[in-house]
Amino acid sequence: MLYDITIDGKDYRLELERADAGWRCRLNGREIQIDAVLARRDVLSILIGGKAYEIKREHIANETHLWVGGVRYAAELRDPRSLRSRKGSAADDKGPKKLYAPMPGKVVRVVVAEQQAVEAGQSILVVEAMKMQNEIKSPKKGTLQKIVAAEGANVNAGDVLAIVE
Amino acid sequence: MFKKILIANRGEIAVRVIRACRELGITSVAIYSDVDRASLHVRKADEAYHIGAPAAAESYLNMAKILDVAKRSGADAIHPGYGFLSENAKFARACGGAGVKFIGPSPVSMEMMGSKTRARQEMEKVGVPFVPGTSRGLESPEQAEQVAARIGYPVMLKAAAGGGGKGMRLVHEPGELRPALEAAQSEAERAFGDREVYVEKAIVNPRHIEMQVLADEYGNTVYLGERECSIQRRHQKVLEEAPSPIVDPDMRRRMGEVAVRVAKAAGYTNAGTVEFLVDRDKNFYFLEMNTRLQVEHPVTELITGLDLVHLQIRIAAGEKLPFGQEDIRIRGHAIECRIYAEDPDNNYFPSPGRITLLLSPSGPGIRRDSGMYEGWTVPVDYDPLLAKLIGYGTDRGQAISRLTRALYEYFVGGIKTNISLFRRILTDADFQAGKVDTGYLDRLLKSKAPEVMGENAEVAAIAAGIFAILDPASVVGNGNLSPNPGNKTVGGVAVSGWKKAGRFEALD
Repeated sequence: MLYDITIDGKDYRLELERADAGWRCRLNGREIQIDAVLARRDVLSILIGGKAYEIKREHIANETHLWVGGVRYAAELRDPRSLRSRKGSAADDKGPKKLYAPMPGKVVRVVVAEQQAVEAGQSILVVEAMKMQNEIKSPKKGTLQKIVAAEGANVNAGDVLAIVE
Repeated sequence: MFKKILIANRGEIAVRVIRACRELGITSVAIYSDVDRASLHVRKADEAYHIGAPAAAESYLNMAKILDVAKRSGADAIHPGYGFLSENAKFARACGGAGVKFIGPSPVSMEMMGSKTRARQEMEKVGVPFVPGTSRGLESPEQAEQVAARIGYPVMLKAAAGGGGKGMRLVHEPGELRPALEAAQSEAERAFGDREVYVEKAIVNPRHIEMQVLADEYGNTVYLGERECSIQRRHQKVLEEAPSPIVDPDMRRRMGEVAVRVAKAAGYTNAGTVEFLVDRDKNFYFLEMNTRLQVEHPVTELITGLDLVHLQIRIAAGEKLPFGQEDIRIRGHAIECRIYAEDPDNNYFPSPGRITLLLSPSGPGIRRDSGMYEGWTVPVDYDPLLAKLIGYGTDRGQAISRLTRALYEYFVGGIKTNISLFRRILTDADFQAGKVDTGYLDRLLKSKAPEVMGENAEVAAIAAGIFAILDPASVVGNGNLSPNPGNKTVGGVAVSGWKKAGRFEALD
């Protein structure tokens, strides 16, 4: 199997398949000897060169995280042979990025207008929940393409609030 | 001894009390609101009754409904836990009226200590040292200005009925006083229904050190050692330890004797805590008394070897304290972290949701008081305390290393938690040296977080591929992933959920 993987914004190409008693693994062209077992759903034990790694997987607000020991990495995986991937993945900085509500609440303020230019980390709108105000920030530099949740709208966790191109 | 106890609470403390009941052979009765049906405390209890809608006023604060369940279930006692109705004198009285024993102090002691101004007045009578200021609510802005000028700035305005940092204002200069007074009074009115505000000298970066007391219903009162609770964020405790790194046996004895004097002056029975502020010169001042069992009671249990909830139940059942002050020994050191469903990268915003993976630590010196389990959805309606993790060792250094090790093992997947905050605190030089005060955590959080070295990105990349082959997951609905019920194939090629995630992104 061939995979295009992005870890914390950095791209890797992984060739991986099961072979005999183990795995055949090539990362960015480099062959690596690995031993891997799934301990339980979402938990892997990987041995590389005698070093042992426990990897936990979780999904939060449409992002996948892999934790190696105590360190968190954002992970995306694509099969480059699929039609979808050849059209270009929306998961890189060049495509539109959606902003999601992190929890149920109400949009109390929209700070930026549609078609306005935005920087990475710039506050786009404010969601209020449990008496606290939460700024929703742009994940990238670009243009605020569309505001999906208007001021005054009630939102649920995972709802799309806006799209930045 | 009681046959059946109703636990008027939820979450980790309800589980804790239910465990004590089981150990004592007492039937436990749980109550739950709509969103707590699948909670851990309901599963662990012997009986459980639905009490209403999620809002606390409809459920855990609803005295009539709770007393009705007590009646229907035949409970002969109620344990209120902490928070909710635990310091509500009206409820304690209503229990008495219903013939159900309230496990805690009398309504009269609660009322005396519940008002901070009244507590100050009573303590003045018995010569308890406290922070200079007023013992009565301020009657006018002019009076406030006079008192503040007398005791010297900076001063702290505080709500008499207050707690949790509400209705408090720190005032540095005379010009700030009037607006601060108005703001504190309005906030107190909104939060507690009581505008009364008093003023105290503000001690710069004090330590918050509290003393556990225990009294039976025959006048026997003891102190069980202190807890250092200075590590706070927005006046909420986050990490506590016992004993305090700066209290020696002589100071412990002096503070303990004052705490016992306070408890006796209040006619106090059962478990309670006397809070002190301690200045740089180790002078201690009475702050207030909490007339309930506290969240952080485990650290005291570990260093004394005593079970406070067992003792609460036995005292309420009319037993005498089975030991005297001279029998109490402090041994070792314990540190507790409060694990909350909060996002440390987003100002500790509450972060409810479904826990998809839970790996819980154990091993030497580790105690875990938890209300969560894998697969549970943390409700948005209540305080997001998930669990308390406590490390115990022969000395403070060992307690720190055990707790650090346990935090490394702790994994809560699917929601954000404040676990990373504790790693930061426990590895901090000032914390390790015991140099803490109530300003400590704000200072630590303002300083730059140490760079997390991401040297295992390649391992993560390989793991991503292995998960795709061994443990694919599918995307459902609002983007939450759930396990793939069966590996699907398209044209003979296994379709992994990860690919579907990519498709989901590309289409929009």
